Amino acid sequence: MTDDKDVLRDVWFGRIPTCFTLYQDEITEREAEPYYLLLPRVSYLTLVTDKVKKHFQKVMRQEDISEIWFEYEGTPLKWHYPIGLLFDLLASSSALPWNITVHFKSFPEKDLLHCPSKDAIEAHFMSCVKEADALKHKSQVINEMQKKDHKQLWMGLQNDRFDQFWAINRKLMEYPAEENGFRYIPFRIYQKIIKFLCSKGCEKEGALSMLKSYFIF
Amino acid sequence: MPNSALWAVDLFGKVHTLSTAGQYWEPCKDSQLEFKRVSAATQCCWGIACDNQVYVYVCASDVPIRRREEAYENQRWNPVGGFCEKLLPSDRWQWSDVSGLQHRPLDGVALPSPHWVWESDWYVDENFGGEPTEKGGWTYAIDFPATYTRDKKWNSCVRRRRWIRYRRYESRDAWAKIPSKDDPEQLPDPFNDLSVGGWEITDEPVGRLSVWAVSLQGKVWYREDVSHPNPEGSSWSLMDTPGEAVQISCGPHDLLWVTLWEGQALVREGINRNNPKGSSWSIVEPPTSENGIMHVSVGVSVVWAITKDRKVWFRRGINSHNPCGTSWIEMVGEMTMVNVGLNDQVWGIGCEDRAIYFRQGVTQSELSGKTWKAIVASRECDRSHSGSSSSLLSAGCFFGDEVRGSGESCAPSDTDASSEAERPGPDRPGPAESGDSPGKPRDSLAPGSGTGRATEPGEEEAAGPAIQTPGLEPCPGPASTLAELPWTNIDLKEPRRAPGRSAAGFPETTGLSSLGLLPLGLEEPYGADDHPLWAWVSGGDCAVEAHTVLKWFTVQSGLSPSMQTLSLSITPAQTAAWRKQIFQQLTERTKRELENFRHYEQAVEQSVWVKTGALQWWCDWKPHKWVDVRVALEQFTGLDGARDSILFIYYVVHEEKKYIHVFLNEVTVLVPVLNETKHSFALYTPERTRQRWPVRLAAATEQDMNDWLALLNLSCCESRRVHGRPSPQAIWSITCKGDIFVSEPSPNLEAPEHVLPCDQMFWRQMGGHLRVVEANGQGVVWGIGYDHTAWVYTGGGSCFQGLASSTSNIYTQSDVKCVYIYENQRWNPVTGYSSRGLPTDRYMWSDASGLQERTKASTKPPSLQWSWVSDWAVDFSVPGGTDQEGWQYASDFPASYHGYKTMKDFVRRRCWARKCKLVTSGPWLEVGPLALADVSIIPESPGANRSGHSIALWAISDKGDVLCRLGVSELNPAGSSWLHVGTDQPFTSVSIGACHQVWAVARDGSAFYRGSVSPAQPAGDCWYHIPSPPKQRLKQVSVGQTSVYALDENGNLWYRQGVTPSYPQGSSWEHVSNNVRQVSVGPLDQVWVIANKVQGSHSLSRGTVCHRTGVQPREPKGQGWDYGIGGGWDHISVRANATRALRGRSQERAAECSGERGLPGAPSGVAGVPQEAPSLVRC
Repeated sequence: MTDDKDVLRDVWFGRIPTCFTLYQDEITEREAEPYYLLLPRVSYLTLVTDKVKKHFQKVMRQEDISEIWFEYEGTPLKWHYPIGLLFDLLASSSALPWNITVHFKSFPEKDLLHCPSKDAIEAHFMSCVKEADALKHKSQVINEMQKKDHKQLWMGLQNDRFDQFWAINRKLMEYPAEENGFRYIPFRIYQKIIKFLCSKGCEKEGALSMLKSYFIF
Repeated sequence: MPNSALWAVDLFGKVHTLSTAGQYWEPCKDSQLEFKRVSAATQCCWGIACDNQVYVYVCASDVPIRRREEAYENQRWNPVGGFCEKLLPSDRWQWSDVSGLQHRPLDGVALPSPHWVWESDWYVDENFGGEPTEKGGWTYAIDFPATYTRDKKWNSCVRRRRWIRYRRYESRDAWAKIPSKDDPEQLPDPFNDLSVGGWEITDEPVGRLSVWAVSLQGKVWYREDVSHPNPEGSSWSLMDTPGEAVQISCGPHDLLWVTLWEGQALVREGINRNNPKGSSWSIVEPPTSENGIMHVSVGVSVVWAITKDRKVWFRRGINSHNPCGTSWIEMVGEMTMVNVGLNDQVWGIGCEDRAIYFRQGVTQSELSGKTWKAIVASRECDRSHSGSSSSLLSAGCFFGDEVRGSGESCAPSDTDASSEAERPGPDRPGPAESGDSPGKPRDSLAPGSGTGRATEPGEEEAAGPAIQTPGLEPCPGPASTLAELPWTNIDLKEPRRAPGRSAAGFPETTGLSSLGLLPLGLEEPYGADDHPLWAWVSGGDCAVEAHTVLKWFTVQSGLSPSMQTLSLSITPAQTAAWRKQIFQQLTERTKRELENFRHYEQAVEQSVWVKTGALQWWCDWKPHKWVDVRVALEQFTGLDGARDSILFIYYVVHEEKKYIHVFLNEVTVLVPVLNETKHSFALYTPERTRQRWPVRLAAATEQDMNDWLALLNLSCCESRRVHGRPSPQAIWSITCKGDIFVSEPSPNLEAPEHVLPCDQMFWRQMGGHLRVVEANGQGVVWGIGYDHTAWVYTGGGSCFQGLASSTSNIYTQSDVKCVYIYENQRWNPVTGYSSRGLPTDRYMWSDASGLQERTKASTKPPSLQWSWVSDWAVDFSVPGGTDQEGWQYASDFPASYHGYKTMKDFVRRRCWARKCKLVTSGPWLEVGPLALADVSIIPESPGANRSGHSIALWAISDKGDVLCRLGVSELNPAGSSWLHVGTDQPFTSVSIGACHQVWAVARDGSAFYRGSVSPAQPAGDCWYHIPSPPKQRLKQVSVGQTSVYALDENGNLWYRQGVTPSYPQGSSWEHVSNNVRQVSVGPLDQVWVIANKVQGSHSLSRGTVCHRTGVQPREPKGQGWDYGIGGGWDHISVRANATRALRGRSQERAAECSGERGLPGAPSGVAGVPQEAPSLVRC
């Protein structure tokens, strides 16, 4: 897919207009205004919500603040899912903007992973990339990359830099010239409730179209 | 080469061809005759038919084969009657050839064979060496033979004129009989074998071939004078041989091997361009004494042989110095014959199965290849056997139903069987055996079709084809019933074929069963009887190269059709539709999710991204050298996605750290400068362009350079917001490296005032490799490669490497060019000419200038993208001519060289050329089959009606034929076919301007105007001869709206004065400028050139794009030059740009209005030419 830049760009620059509201039970010093933001589809919630956090922390007391988490219509939002995925999975039929509720208390331990820092997101992201490359290139490409390439890939995502990201990701998407595509195409299937990993080589055409809508790289 | 094909003869004598692009054997278009052997060359094929006569088949082409017949009419002056036919007794004939020695009356000039027709009647040639003569075409002299002049002088006692008549070769796509050599006094001695080759020995005459034949009595014959313009040759000459020959093979170059009855081989020595027949024979012994050589085939530097025990042998150590080679190597396989084709590729016919095998893995470094692979392509459709008329139709229906074909394909084969059955038996060899053969095919079919299946013997034939169908089709019912009916006829067919096989002396039936054991292990769905059995194969017209993908080895077998369906089910069209759909959905999603929310804040603030790296930089100070630098590209993106970038180059000078920086939005072009050693690129800004001193950077690896170039290109394009396919008005240009650049014209470029300086134009690179590019303003863009291949632009976007690429409409493109080096020698009294020069002399092996040393061994292809495809060979076609060994002589280096030795010549040199090839990709598709030298597309005239007529496109072929392309439109930019426009001499350049004004330049340096060209009469009616400027030979012409500019060989640019609608030929040439290499006049009459040398503040550049300033309707010659990008530019086309500044719009309107009445802005007011009211128009 490296050959169709227009599609890649459109996927990369997909944005979801979002309205963040503070959960009603959170204690504030004054009324918390909703916060509007265009979230990149290809990113992680906790990676791009620094502004949200800052915005609501302004109206709260320090002691009432613990780890931030998000919820949509009662469902806690898993930060380790890509944002576009969360939206398509949970809210694609609702009206825009996407209304997300922001919590600072009662972290739902059984539903969500903690996200202590951006390093956690990076680790998660890199492990996804490695999983995928294990299927695509038997991990050869990702293992042959230098540390700085890994860093560039991650920084590209973090800074929403298409070129920076794709300069490296291109290598991950190359397939042997003698073959007409990947033998194995990694993809995940997400459902609202359960999740499982599936990877299979056959019927790549069909899988590709699914890949388009579900898999993000 | 799209036309390249393998020729073969089946056991019934039918000739078939298999295209390198195709997967079916197609019957030869002229299928009346049956053949024993064929030998193919590009564009033609020679063969020995079953009547033992020799035939030649010349492939059809849009360009006719024409030959000029000339005769001179001579007259002498006498005081009584003036010039008259009465000549002195000592004079020449009144009608003679050019020398005057031969009597040549007009009615005595006959057509050489029935295959020629006269094109017109005799007419007088009024063109005398580029100058028109007075009426009647007479040229005058004092006496015969003498120098003739155009002017009649007081002492002109004799005069002569030339009469011309053209004849045309008519038998194209047909077998034309070559008159037999038999002399009535001797017993008839029919030909037994024949071989065509020698096309690489020399280029003159065009398409020269060596045709060799062996007669039944074992004599070797050579056909004289075979060439493209004389496809039949003239006569057979007998060559002496030391033994009785049985078979002969002639390679493309100087190899010629003959097999003898006794089993040895004869090798011809001394074949060269001066003596294509060679001088002597030497004998090569067979590999083993008990099994002599039965068959040989030779290529450029290979010899393959078959011995009498059918073993295949490869001769080691063959080269041009040693045509005999050193030793034999036994190869795997048993063959009845082998044939070496183009590029030393090899085909053979299997001994057992009579299938054609292709030798895989034959490369320059491994000439013996790796394995034999059977060609399992089936015949296109057996119906076409019985007649050629239906072949197209049947091809159509066959291809349409390819997948389901296994059942249906039997039906046509049956009609064939019956039609063959009606033929008289004696057509086929060995009819006597047909009586006992009906049993055989059954036996033979059983193992073939019954592989692993238990079928009732009675159903056997029907089961053969039907059994595969269930696997392929959901409802096999109709197919099998369809198949069953015709198959009852099978007995009719098979017995007919069997005798052919057995008569040919084969272990008959076993051959069929082995079909099931093809190397791939595929099962044959066609039933064994459909498999063609071959008798002869010839690869002389079959260009297989390393990157050629052949579709010959997969056939619709029991398994593979379903596999093919799977992979083929996604056609490129479907992929495109799918991509479009995805893109649309994404666009819709973006619209839905973003349209009303654009004012929202972005979650991630755009920040600075820096790419750093280590490169080398060609430093600005003297002495210039490559210095190591750190570079950093800082990119800032605004909220709107707009981007700006700065490239920093950090260097250290005198232990002091410094840097220079370049704003990427100021960069005007990035040019890759690949050479043997460095992966470098040049970066220009307007200022750097003026200085003629770009920033030159080099990367360590090609990949690294491509990454940087891709990134920088992307940044430049984004900061200027250009992407996708260039607009139809785009200006195209080409560098001397063949790189293609395109620039979007700003409206201010051709504005009457405040003109945009052309050093500010932004150029971006398009993929591909070309020498010439021409565009027209409606998106029709044609290019010509260095190897003269014509290409048409597919609409692909800028496809520079890396991320920016989009592969839609991008295809593989290749180009071939020559690298030249010079061998220099100096004469000394002891040894004569030798490679020992004076200490002050140039290198004994050098480049053209003599300044650089270039030896054969050390000279590399121009860059790593190029690879050698031939060996070094002397180039005889250098200007000035050469002697027989290619030497040019001069009194000293450097001097003007001439092709003959005089007393004063102390030095000599000769040019060696070696071909190299580049394989790249770009938005170009090949337009076959003619090779072109020049092309011109009619510019879109402002305000003209776009729809309707096809777009006029003229071209010159590489042989100098003038051509007019039919059917060119925006939707079909490649057009459909060529229309040949007859000329009396080869042409070099053509240009079609507005209102179908066609101008051309002939090889003698004079210009021609083509009369009456219009959409209704696309080729016009006649040429008007326009003499060149005094003492100059023109080489190029370009026609805009009304302006006609021509360029001569000395770099002078000329403007045609006095061109008016009523007199479009104009009156005279006016000098405009010197120092010009190429000119392009656009639809606004704007004039752009490539200037030869331009001095900048820092450096001199050669090959610079220049724009003529001050060109106004009343001042079409302009005033001066504005210098743009360069050097290293070779070609520019502004003929698509009809974009005029808004400010000038009203003027343009006025011009357009006048354009409807006459040629707008005709240069009527210029310099003393009487004002002429624009009257008639032929727009």
